[in-house]
Amino acid sequence: MAKSESTTRPPDDADPGSVEAPRPHAAADHHRPFLAHHYQSYKQQFEAGKLGMWIFLLTEILLFGGLFCAYAVYRANHPEIFIYAHHFLDKNLGAINTAVLIFSSFTMAWGVRCAQLNQRKLLMVMLSLTLLCACGFLGIKYVEYKHKWEDGLLWAGKYHPVEHAEPADHAARPPGRPEAQSALQRPEGPRYAGIFFSIYFMMTGLHGLHVLAGMAAIAWILVRAANGHFNSHYFGPVDYVGLYWHLVDLIWIYLFPLLYLIH
Amino acid sequence: MSDLLTEPRPAAAPSMDNYLTHARGFWSWALTLDHKRIGVMYLVSIVASFFLGGLFAELIRTELIGPGRTIMGKDMYNQVFTLHGAVMVFLFIIPGIPAALGNFVLPIMLGAKDVAFPRLNLASYYLWIVGAVFFVFVLVLGGLDTGWTFYTPYSTTTDTRVVLAVTGAFILGFSSIFTGLNFIATIHMLRPPGMTWFRLPLFLWALYATALIQVLATPVLGITLFLVGVERLLGLGIFDPKLGGDPVLFQHFFWFYSHPAVYIMILPGMGIISEVISVFSRKHIFGYKFIAISSIAIALLGFLVWGHHMFTSGQSKLASVIFSALTFSVSIPSAIKVFNWLATMYKGSIALLTPMLYALTFIFLFGIGGLTGLFLGALATDVHLHDTYFIVAHFHYVMVGGTLSAFLAGIHYWWPKITGRMYSEFWGRIGALMVFVGFNLTFFPQFALGSRGMPRRYYDYGEMLGEHPEFYGYHFLSTLGSYLLGIALFLVMIYLIASLFNGHRAVANPWGGATLEWQCSSPPPHDNFPVQPHVGDPYAVRNFQYDPDVGGYVRVAQTAKPEHPLHPSAH
Ligand code: HEM
Ligand SMILES: [Cu+2]
Repeated sequence: MAKSESTTRPPDDADPGSVEAPRPHAAADHHRPFLAHHYQSYKQQFEAGKLGMWIFLLTEILLFGGLFCAYAVYRANHPEIFIYAHHFLDKNLGAINTAVLIFSSFTMAWGVRCAQLNQRKLLMVMLSLTLLCACGFLGIKYVEYKHKWEDGLLWAGKYHPVEHAEPADHAARPPGRPEAQSALQRPEGPRYAGIFFSIYFMMTGLHGLHVLAGMAAIAWILVRAANGHFNSHYFGPVDYVGLYWHLVDLIWIYLFPLLYLIH
Repeated sequence: MSDLLTEPRPAAAPSMDNYLTHARGFWSWALTLDHKRIGVMYLVSIVASFFLGGLFAELIRTELIGPGRTIMGKDMYNQVFTLHGAVMVFLFIIPGIPAALGNFVLPIMLGAKDVAFPRLNLASYYLWIVGAVFFVFVLVLGGLDTGWTFYTPYSTTTDTRVVLAVTGAFILGFSSIFTGLNFIATIHMLRPPGMTWFRLPLFLWALYATALIQVLATPVLGITLFLVGVERLLGLGIFDPKLGGDPVLFQHFFWFYSHPAVYIMILPGMGIISEVISVFSRKHIFGYKFIAISSIAIALLGFLVWGHHMFTSGQSKLASVIFSALTFSVSIPSAIKVFNWLATMYKGSIALLTPMLYALTFIFLFGIGGLTGLFLGALATDVHLHDTYFIVAHFHYVMVGGTLSAFLAGIHYWWPKITGRMYSEFWGRIGALMVFVGFNLTFFPQFALGSRGMPRRYYDYGEMLGEHPEFYGYHFLSTLGSYLLGIALFLVMIYLIASLFNGHRAVANPWGGATLEWQCSSPPPHDNFPVQPHVGDPYAVRNFQYDPDVGGYVRVAQTAKPEHPLHPSAH
């Protein structure tokens, strides 16, 4: 990702007032909008922001890390729960969502490129597409949650599967033949099956919150893009939001196989 | 030939523009992006929460002055010690040095105009405020009695205000992450020309190491507290054995953060000590690189030892043995620092001024605290000492004897820079002496109590424990000591505040430090450096000599070459 920037970012001497000259401790500088007073150049500011963003992403990974760790512990201790319960997740919807998010990462990356190339209109198109994908993702997630809710397949404390709850997994149950249900000895599944759903809801829920936060950030960037704030000198915020969005995508790429595709 | 940059500017002239006079009015503070003002706001807020926590401490000690019920019953006691711990840890000691003193000093020491992300810095302060407000809510809406550790399953079943408290701690965690993130980015990106990694003052190395821990450990605490909150609100079950969850997993998660967090507490303190020892011994710091790298080593090794808090939790024996062995490894970099400080003082011309008195206090008390940590890290002894007053004494020696002493050293050291005023040296020394005596009187007896089996977190040691008259005297002494310590800290606060009104005006460099903050006036101007400072060896303190005409230290130009005015070739 760094390569394309270095070609488009202006060389340092492109901005007036060069590296050594101290700048006044004043808010904005008319010749160099959006350059904070304590930076010498756009380049320095961009790189500081980028480093900050990477560190922030690291903290996000660690935040999810706790949940991945809990996942590993419970899956190691109770593999049967995971094998049983994952059949209730809808692989198709999960796969569609994965595709939607990957596509949105693509539009986001294209958007960053547009910002670097001064393509304001196209940037706005790309950001809007990304937002649209995010909405689609959350819509599908809503459908999935709704089914779980109706079937009582909730976290451990609220895990009361209703009688007709059946695996969403079509391989395990040909459509219209509920007798396949008999393969599962007890209606509520193995002991503590609810723990799977605790982990499922925590991980996907926290991920969903991150999608929402990402949407807010993209919307903010979209407004700023509409106001013509970005150009090949100054496109940091687009880049940072892009990084964040890729992380949200990446986490889902781990969640999908870990939760939906268990053997 | 004297050098323009170091010659004290007429700091005395009140008309001169500095960060305090630069803008006026409430909003110029509340919305400031100036790291110095944010640092000062943090300082005031943190000291306020310290006194709140201190009030709880005096209540605890008063209850324990004699056996039986003294001033409160057991439930009240549980709440008081919980809030004492939670306030001191989350509101005072973790943000204390980095967010207050670090914020003020870091960019100036670095030679920068501000931190990398000033808005994030302000956001971190307001997150702290919000977190603190949650704690106040806990206080007035029914208290909290889980201990600062929030252990499950008690924390998921008690009917005190756990959700509010974990929300507060979660928010404070983000405040801490933002500070750390900001510091890392600042140190990487805003070093001026000449400020190489090995010219960073050791305080900055310490802050850098601290920031690494803040960034790497705090998110795990965040998710853990989030899980506890969701557990209580929705019955998530992850920590609830009834639903197939595992309460010991909570302990792993909690200590995965909270052991590294003890280094968040101590590392910045060690950084301050490195500055103070060198300046007040009038000697170059000994073993600069060892001290610098040992900070990073402590930060990284600190992530591998959390299991030593869980020797009696039922974790596997093998895990306990490994954690025990690893625990010993952390003490190596700590000891490296102590030996380097001692070697710095060796043959120095030591000035026993207030900051130095606190630095010496630090070395002595941290020595005791760290060495007793080894007793606890050793499996066999810890099984006996776990959850006794020995633990209480251990962590107070490191946290109060260590971090608080360093905090006080730092406050006194930078007070002239922050406020532009000198405090009364006489009262400063008296205060330091009283803190030392009061502290030891409070906590030394607790080692004896603990090794004799006095459990922690008990409100009564009379009937409840059976016949243990040998505890009475120690507890009594400890309570007396705590009163002395409380009075001492009040005294410190009073003479410091008094100095704002009647202290002498401070010159640019009252102690003879060679780091960059002593090159700008006291208090510093709004944008720190009117001209980009030239960076030299931060410990070339011998290049500065006292000038009675100035009333402070000035550079004695040695072989000052014009192009490197502040970097004499000989040192
Ligand atoms: C220098 C090396 C250190 C070692 C080897 C060490 C070792 C230990 C061990 C093994 C325990 C657990 C004892 C038990 O619960 O049975 C412990 C507890 C504790 N230590 Fe340390 N420690 C060290 C430094 C520090 C520092 C620097 C701090 C803080 C500034 C600190 C703060 C604490 C606290 C707060 C606890 C008790 C937590 C609780 O249970 O509430 N320690 N230490
Ligand atoms: Cu520990």
